[in-house]
Amino acid sequence: MSNVALQQITKRFPGVVALDDVSFEINDGEFFVLLGPTGAGKTTTLRVIAGLERQDEGTVLFDDEPVNDLPPADRDIAFVFQQYSLYPTMTVYDNLAFPLRSPLRRIPEDQIRSRVEATADKLRIGHLLKRKTAHLSGGEMQRVSIGRAIVREPRIFLMDEPLSNLDAKLRESLRIELQHLQKTQGSTTLFVTHDQIEALTMADRIAVLDKGRIIQTGTPEDIYDRPATTFVAQLVGTPRINLFTARREDHTLYINNSSIQLPVPETADLPASLLLGIRPEDVIPDPGGMFTGQVTLTEPLGVETIVHIRSDQQTLLSLIPGMTSLRIGDEVRFKVLPERLHCFHLDGKRVQARLSVM
Amino acid sequence: MATIDLKQVEKKFGEFHAVKPMDMTIQDGEFVVLLGPSGCGKTTTLRMISGLETVSGGRILLNDRDVTWLHPSERDIAFVFQFYALYPHITARQNIAFPLQAQGESRETIEKRVNEVVRVLRIEHLLNERPGKLSGGDQQRIALARALVRRPAAFLMDEPLGALDADFRESMRAEIKRLHIDQHATTVYVTHDQVEAMAMGDRIVVMDNAVIQQAGTPVDVYYDPENLFVARFIGSPGMNLVTGFFNDSMVRMPGSDNTYTIPTDWAEPLGEAFGREGDVIVGFRPEAARLSDQGPIVGEVYATELQGSYTVLHININEHDIVHIRTDRLVNYPIGTVVRFDLNPKMVRFFNPKTETAIRREVRK
Repeated sequence: MSNVALQQITKRFPGVVALDDVSFEINDGEFFVLLGPTGAGKTTTLRVIAGLERQDEGTVLFDDEPVNDLPPADRDIAFVFQQYSLYPTMTVYDNLAFPLRSPLRRIPEDQIRSRVEATADKLRIGHLLKRKTAHLSGGEMQRVSIGRAIVREPRIFLMDEPLSNLDAKLRESLRIELQHLQKTQGSTTLFVTHDQIEALTMADRIAVLDKGRIIQTGTPEDIYDRPATTFVAQLVGTPRINLFTARREDHTLYINNSSIQLPVPETADLPASLLLGIRPEDVIPDPGGMFTGQVTLTEPLGVETIVHIRSDQQTLLSLIPGMTSLRIGDEVRFKVLPERLHCFHLDGKRVQARLSVM
Repeated sequence: MATIDLKQVEKKFGEFHAVKPMDMTIQDGEFVVLLGPSGCGKTTTLRMISGLETVSGGRILLNDRDVTWLHPSERDIAFVFQFYALYPHITARQNIAFPLQAQGESRETIEKRVNEVVRVLRIEHLLNERPGKLSGGDQQRIALARALVRRPAAFLMDEPLGALDADFRESMRAEIKRLHIDQHATTVYVTHDQVEAMAMGDRIVVMDNAVIQQAGTPVDVYYDPENLFVARFIGSPGMNLVTGFFNDSMVRMPGSDNTYTIPTDWAEPLGEAFGREGDVIVGFRPEAARLSDQGPIVGEVYATELQGSYTVLHININEHDIVHIRTDRLVNYPIGTVVRFDLNPKMVRFFNPKTETAIRREVRK
């Protein structure tokens, strides 16, 4: 396995800049997730790394060696796509063995057998080896396509939304399998997705991409707890972060069109107008809370409940554990955890002020 | 205002039984969600209620009136589809007004009702746009407005949020529910998304294999699933289900020394179900487990998932079973770490592995 680096990659297509000065480094053995909405440039990034697309500027390095001039076949990568591209008339065994049977590799058949079987075991598809792939379920097929990628030991795995065509339950279970497999094999993996929960749950590190630019790179905790912009703050977390326009007067923050005021420490260097983000789990119904509002909606999800609380003209979402006895129309007192507030400039960039001492 | 009654309604397509004879009553003003995986029969059921599909047997009553063989247009029901069938060449306002014009309403009435519905849905600013220029979320709002403006006796919605991206789905989900709370129109809503069903439904009807598996409130289906299918389908991740051997007051699960002492109020129902001993499936939600050094169940961390405000630990307790438990975020165990956990006795459930159904006990209130 290898480390892979992109240095100042720019890629233009007629009329658009698909990638704009993109740089990041994937460490050896790391599970790196590229997260962004449709059209952000995620797939283009993968294709540049694979050599399927040639960048206009910048360098791609594998183990500190530029690979710009290497054709795809010589880069030694393995791809897993959203659409499983299996040979329907072959058995699962032959599909898995296929990448090893390349005449260039000359791997003896008994070695192929042991690697295919070991791979099938890891993916829990050992019982399917004799089946034709056309007769498998969607989840089984995706396991086989992942198996076909990992049966080799390439320098890097590139995965392009491999879970997005599966139903929710399968996605959940494959997410766990992929993470387990990646961690126990220590394989370098670049996983592309638009699904924030896949990014948070699987990644060692995440790069958030929007309109061809990297907005933030960090661990899942960094991205969730210290989003660099309002875009990132809104991209991760369900339900979505509460975001309000607010103003600071002396040492008090006022959320516009609401009765919510928060004290800020004298040392905090906040602009006079700003955007204030509060994660729903940090809005906590509490009889001793400083604020009051009216419950306008409750959404019980089982493990937790989303409570919509109206304060003047603003609605805050509050996420509380379990079921709630709160009813629509109830007056509710609540508190907001000050150390968990997120302040942004009006242009969306995070204010680097510490609010924790209040 | 409407009640909807299905009496032994069924649907066959040739040899294929899409919906087996089912009974269902939807009360006036109720929001009922038909939930299940694709192919379970939920959409066919909805289409039979609407009249878009004929029944192969049984009767459908709308306010006690037999509508089984009435044309869809005679049923006074509005249908909202996943794909917003809007007319692309006319404005949003004209799209919304269309059903009222077709009914021959006066210009004043049309004006008044359109204005009312656009205010509720907060789409005033879109009225002069043509649908083709609007985002998916806005198009779906207009489709909803067009359904609402008719003031039908009942709404039928077939995955109306299915084509929207996650963000929009969340906010539209709340808007539709808010609207229902204000207007109290009887609504039957089809989805395969259990989160949507939990968040929106007064009642959830879970379907699988052409049969109703359970009908109940979100609390019922979440905490007291009728069978293994419902236990797995509801929740993300679903309920943990581990097969063990019941003997006396203990359940032994596969794996090193996983012996769980059953809560006292379960002794009697389990005794009735199995006599002295037998195989039993222990079910518990991820939040029912607590990490604890003295916990009776032991396993190895298989994977950890940060879910935002909390973490889910996946624990391998034997060669077959990986259980999922919810912990606070500070927990960070590498794969392979040995952990112990305990179960909240109020949140443990038991199932009969032969029938796959829940074992029930008297709940003392």
